[in-house]
Amino acid sequence: MIIDLQRFIRIERPVWTELEAVLNRLEAEPNLKMSLEEVQHFHDLYERATAGLAKLTTFSSEPATRQYLESLVARAYGEVHETREKRRRLQPLKWLRQTLPQTFRRQIRAFHLALAITLVGCAFGTAATLIDPESRHVTMPFGHDRLKPSERVAEEEQRTTDQLTGNRTLFSSRLMTNNTQVSIFTLALGATWGIGTVLILFYNGISLGAIATDYVADGQVRFLLGWLLPHGAIEIPAILVAGQAGFVLARSMIGWGDRTPLGRRLRAVSRDLVTLSVGFALMMVWAAFVEAFLSQYHEPVVPYGAKIAFGTLELVALIFYLGRSGRNER
Amino acid sequence: MKGSALPIRTPEGIVFSQTLAGPVVRFFAWLIDGLCVMALMSFVVGLVRGFGLVSPGIANAVLAITGFVLNFGFSIFLEWAWRGQTIGKKLLGLRVVDADGMRLQLEQIVTRNLLRVVDLLPAAYLVGGLSCWLSRKCQRLGDIAANTIVVRIPVVTEPDLDQLLAGKFNSLRQHAHLAARLRQRVTPVEAGIALQALVRRDEFDAVARIELFEQLASHFQTKVSFPQDAVDGVSSEQYIRNVVDVVYRTSASA
Repeated sequence: MIIDLQRFIRIERPVWTELEAVLNRLEAEPNLKMSLEEVQHFHDLYERATAGLAKLTTFSSEPATRQYLESLVARAYGEVHETREKRRRLQPLKWLRQTLPQTFRRQIRAFHLALAITLVGCAFGTAATLIDPESRHVTMPFGHDRLKPSERVAEEEQRTTDQLTGNRTLFSSRLMTNNTQVSIFTLALGATWGIGTVLILFYNGISLGAIATDYVADGQVRFLLGWLLPHGAIEIPAILVAGQAGFVLARSMIGWGDRTPLGRRLRAVSRDLVTLSVGFALMMVWAAFVEAFLSQYHEPVVPYGAKIAFGTLELVALIFYLGRSGRNER
Repeated sequence: MKGSALPIRTPEGIVFSQTLAGPVVRFFAWLIDGLCVMALMSFVVGLVRGFGLVSPGIANAVLAITGFVLNFGFSIFLEWAWRGQTIGKKLLGLRVVDADGMRLQLEQIVTRNLLRVVDLLPAAYLVGGLSCWLSRKCQRLGDIAANTIVVRIPVVTEPDLDQLLAGKFNSLRQHAHLAARLRQRVTPVEAGIALQALVRRDEFDAVARIELFEQLASHFQTKVSFPQDAVDGVSSEQYIRNVVDVVYRTSASA
């Protein structure tokens, strides 16, 4: 049997139009809160439209109207059946005080994994530098292999002119964008079931281990700490947080021991992924400022003791913040 | 790409489908967005150039940060503000939606755009394109991770039956019992084809139109055989017009 399309549309059209108006309102005002009566009426409209679609699909042959109803039902379906909390206005202070540290702690196992892989990389870099000092050409980035640590320290401490004069802001912005990009890459490679994330963290560990061993072996521990700690106290944890986010993504994609469908697993962690991403981006911005405006100055301009104290303070504050902040709040 | 439509079954038992966008059209949408980013960047360069005379360091820093923010933020901002659309997607009639039909969340938008860096590898969207091609839901890696799909938005136009059928005498209606039988025997797909042929009649050239309506008329004549007096002097196109009238309108008064 084929329904009388004209009559059917004439009767149902006001319902569809009303549903469309409600949907337009909901889409235009994401923070809209409907009263119970409005919600019930919206649900009634949705039910009526789905019933209409069922009728059209079964009895009618009119593809244009069916397409229209399908698109209407598709839009309404998401609004009616969505169970995730609707995002209200941004609350940056609450986000900083609670959301980020709580998310970090909730996914702490992924952070431990990122830390462990980096430490293994460090050990590898250390061993490589001790066993085969020539390997520094491969393990050390940014031209660190060109000078011996003691030669670089002497050069830096005797420098009378500021190399970054006039370019400090540019240097800082380049560090900011490059490091954040590398962190995003570390997170995004979680989509390769975490293989890419492991490789980046491991290579970072190798570089760190190789450089640290090189300076320690050459007796330049104070310079190393004074140079690395002020920005590294935030930058290295930021890369680890990016790795943590990458592993959270990888775990959801693999779904090891979890029988829930892929879509649901990913939906469950999507908010945590974005929280961690914003977290590591902010950390990278801070680290870039410190690196450009403090880390590049050495004795006699800035005493190493002050730089080491500043870096240690940052690290303790970061540990305290990520470990304690928002602990007693829901 | 395994299928062009993704059916979604609601708890009420209703099935609706989303028409998936293919990798090529998505690539063009991305190219259009890329051009928009370049245009915006040129605008910023123009603005900053004057300032660069005073402080080149700060001017270059502003450019570096603007480039980075535009690179990642352009699509995130527009997809959030326009509910899954960017300029390129709007122009090509595409939209990002949740793969399960749910409301698109900011987290999903951010995730799919951050993961673009992997989809772009090694160049020209190769990873993303391959993933899109192989995936059942035509998803690049970013879409898989964010549980989103990109769909084509259908342009919905209601056919005006009154205008299509008005003012014509329908000889088939003289035989009410046969008309009822025709209504019963014609399948929804067949009726849809006949209606679409009438709606789009002006798009065909004359010869093709005559051939099409002849084929359709001979097909519908096999469904129900009307007496000679009902079909004498009725062209194939008029015959189809009468069939559509019978099938879609249960009363002759409309």
